[in-house]
Amino acid sequence: MQLYATELMGAETYDDQGNFVGRVREFFIEPADQANRIARFLLSRGRFQPLVARYDQVATVAPGTIRLNCSELALDLYQPNEGWLAVRKDLLDQQIIDTKGRKVVRVNDVDLAEQRNNGNVELRLTQVDVGLPGAVRRLLQGVVSASMVRKLQRKLPQRTIRWEFVNLIEPDPLRRVKLRITHEKLEDLHPADLAEIMESLSAAERQGIIASLDEEMAGKVLAELDERLTTQIVEKLDPEKAADILEEMAPDAAADLLAELPKETSEELLEEMPGQEAEEVRELLAFDPSTAGGMMNTEFVFIGDTATREEVLEWMRTQDLNFDALDTVVLLDTSAQFSGIVPVARLLVSSPEQSLMGLKLEPLLSVKADADESEVFELFDKYNLRTLTVVDDSQRPIGTIAVDDVVSRLVAK
Amino acid sequence: MNWEAIASRVDGLRARGTSFQKRIRGLRHRLTLLLAVVGPGLITSNVDNDAGGISVYTQAGAQYGYALLWSLIPMTIALYVTEEMCARMGVVTGKGLSDLIREEFGFRPTFFVMITGFFVDLANVVAEFAGVAAAMQIFHVSKYVSVPIAAILVWVLVLRGTYRQVEVIFLAACVLYLSYVASAIFAKPDWLEAARHTVIPTMHFNAGYLVMVTGLVGTTIAPWQFFYLQAGFVEKKVSARQYPQARADVLIGSISCMVIVFFIIVCTAATLWVNGQRNITDAAEAAKALIPLAGKWAGTLFAFGLLNASLFAASILPLSTAHVICEGLGFEAGIDHKFNEAPIFYWLYTILIAVGAGIVLLPNAPLWKILIFSQVGNGIWLPVVVIFILLLVNRRDLMGEYVNTLTFNIVAWVTAIAMIVLTLVLSYTAIFPPPSP
Repeated sequence: MQLYATELMGAETYDDQGNFVGRVREFFIEPADQANRIARFLLSRGRFQPLVARYDQVATVAPGTIRLNCSELALDLYQPNEGWLAVRKDLLDQQIIDTKGRKVVRVNDVDLAEQRNNGNVELRLTQVDVGLPGAVRRLLQGVVSASMVRKLQRKLPQRTIRWEFVNLIEPDPLRRVKLRITHEKLEDLHPADLAEIMESLSAAERQGIIASLDEEMAGKVLAELDERLTTQIVEKLDPEKAADILEEMAPDAAADLLAELPKETSEELLEEMPGQEAEEVRELLAFDPSTAGGMMNTEFVFIGDTATREEVLEWMRTQDLNFDALDTVVLLDTSAQFSGIVPVARLLVSSPEQSLMGLKLEPLLSVKADADESEVFELFDKYNLRTLTVVDDSQRPIGTIAVDDVVSRLVAK
Repeated sequence: MNWEAIASRVDGLRARGTSFQKRIRGLRHRLTLLLAVVGPGLITSNVDNDAGGISVYTQAGAQYGYALLWSLIPMTIALYVTEEMCARMGVVTGKGLSDLIREEFGFRPTFFVMITGFFVDLANVVAEFAGVAAAMQIFHVSKYVSVPIAAILVWVLVLRGTYRQVEVIFLAACVLYLSYVASAIFAKPDWLEAARHTVIPTMHFNAGYLVMVTGLVGTTIAPWQFFYLQAGFVEKKVSARQYPQARADVLIGSISCMVIVFFIIVCTAATLWVNGQRNITDAAEAAKALIPLAGKWAGTLFAFGLLNASLFAASILPLSTAHVICEGLGFEAGIDHKFNEAPIFYWLYTILIAVGAGIVLLPNAPLWKILIFSQVGNGIWLPVVVIFILLLVNRRDLMGEYVNTLTFNIVAWVTAIAMIVLTLVLSYTAIFPPPSP
């Protein structure tokens, strides 16, 4: 039978002799043992110290009544345990992350399923209720009979989340370890989704999530977060961890983040980063954020303009490039000056011997690093660009601006 | 696949992005400096001077002249003390007040706080639309025209705006309260007398005077504002480190709110009271009476102030109420969601506006009774909310080092108890009015 935590809260509990033992006040899960089994029942007895019944001491469970298969004497006295997940205190009314629906929701009730074994009944947590039925149950429990509530809730739209897709939010790192809360499920989310989820959490909770993600994912999430939040998060992180995350980020994203931090903090983080990465970021930091230099990414693919298509493809296969984001290659002439750009799609359809020189996109467009961002926006708008090359004073390419950088700047305005 | 169609759509979007950006850049640039300092505190405190509030201040000035000005200083303190606790909770926990009540006290208390809030706020919304109707009648616009337009305006503002844009509009509305300052200057008051009464209390122990004092407190400190204030700081992602700025925002807000009240009372005292027109019952009547006494401008500005205040509160109240209820009960909320993602939020919001404006449009609407209900409702709701706030703000597991200090607790509890007593008295006198003096 389908059971609900709300219906069982306050249930009268009797031992094998039929003697009243106490009322259920709390359920505990022991995540270290089994992730979804109700392992303990807290039984309160008025002014006496509360008792705890183990899952294998429970014979039957019905709304309002629980019968044990042992005598009251066999029960333990209650001792608080940080490693137990309390259904009422840690779950009901709290926020959780629905990793399937990719959002933060509040738990109204918890659905339980009975599993009969030899001589005992185990309760398994199947799903959490975040919709109207749970809310109605919470409101009417004890006021209207359980069967009435069940009749009523059938008419209401369901909103539940399977327990496997529930990610608990626990800001305290020690408790997180004790409760076996990992954020593996969160790492499967798209960084942009996770960033959005984190924006609806509190500061301590955000901090907890970032601290437990791997550096690569943490970096991607930070790049997507609201910049007011990124600075708060990074300032509270252990500098070593923060530097590791920054190292995983694209240099332009890392520079954007560091530019928002107080000077000492960003210096300290740059010190922690490996030389080459730190150097790249430092160079970017030297540019005013509202100029082309402040928008550009220094990681771009550049090739001599005399190369043939085949040579380029051959070379690209051997490189560790981010092909998901690569849509243009930049061409250099013999004096390392900007010679043009070639969209990757043009490479696809051209013949192997085609020289890159002949695939260049017209007109030749580039922008100086100190050009104002409005100039960049106008170029993108006018020529419908996907990528724009940034050059230094001697016309050498130093970075590229992609259309997504432009879009996020415009949206932020 | 039709690449051209896709590309042209992307181009269209981009073009729109650029033109939008150009349009708002100028405005934004000018407001950035302002926005960095002010925000939730200033908005919340100013919304306290809503239609109901302005009516009470007008009556206070008309009936007692400058004599009640002294109450503004203790009121500023009360406003600051209570709002500061919410601001502190917001920045420290990063959670709204309804979230905290839900997490710490469970579903049922939350549900009752929310349901009470819904009806009390609905009554308040009616009062705001009544304020719009009254103010526009001075400009010879029928309520059957002004109220539906105001309702649609308010509704669209939220559906089309982002939080940032809406906040800018609200801050602009705060500035428009200055029309009362102008109005007061036109009224040529006795500034020395006003200053003296602000610092030196004058006590009268007759029923009417005491009712007026309670009325001032009751209409100025409304329970829903705590939810709005705290949510404002959470929404702005203000962190615990920025707490001093948040506190300054609340302080500036509390003071500026009281400064406006000061000018309203001074304005009416210098005109209506001096000329013996002491039986003014609402703000619109005062605006009309001002015209022959202080000139057309004083009256017009006074009416304009009322319109601004009513519209302002009518925009914030339904939004805040729908937000708070959905958040507390765990429904999707916020104007960033689409209608089908957050249906309950949008329905609550729409019902509050439609019913609120609709009641004002009823030919024989019992507006007076609804105003009383809104005051009584505030009076009953306030103690509950303030006690929840005090319990939460003293929780060390939530607030850490930011829990109330002993001194602050004493001030806060005294303020809370005084406020509770005063609002209960106000509720009582609203139901059983004392004989007029």
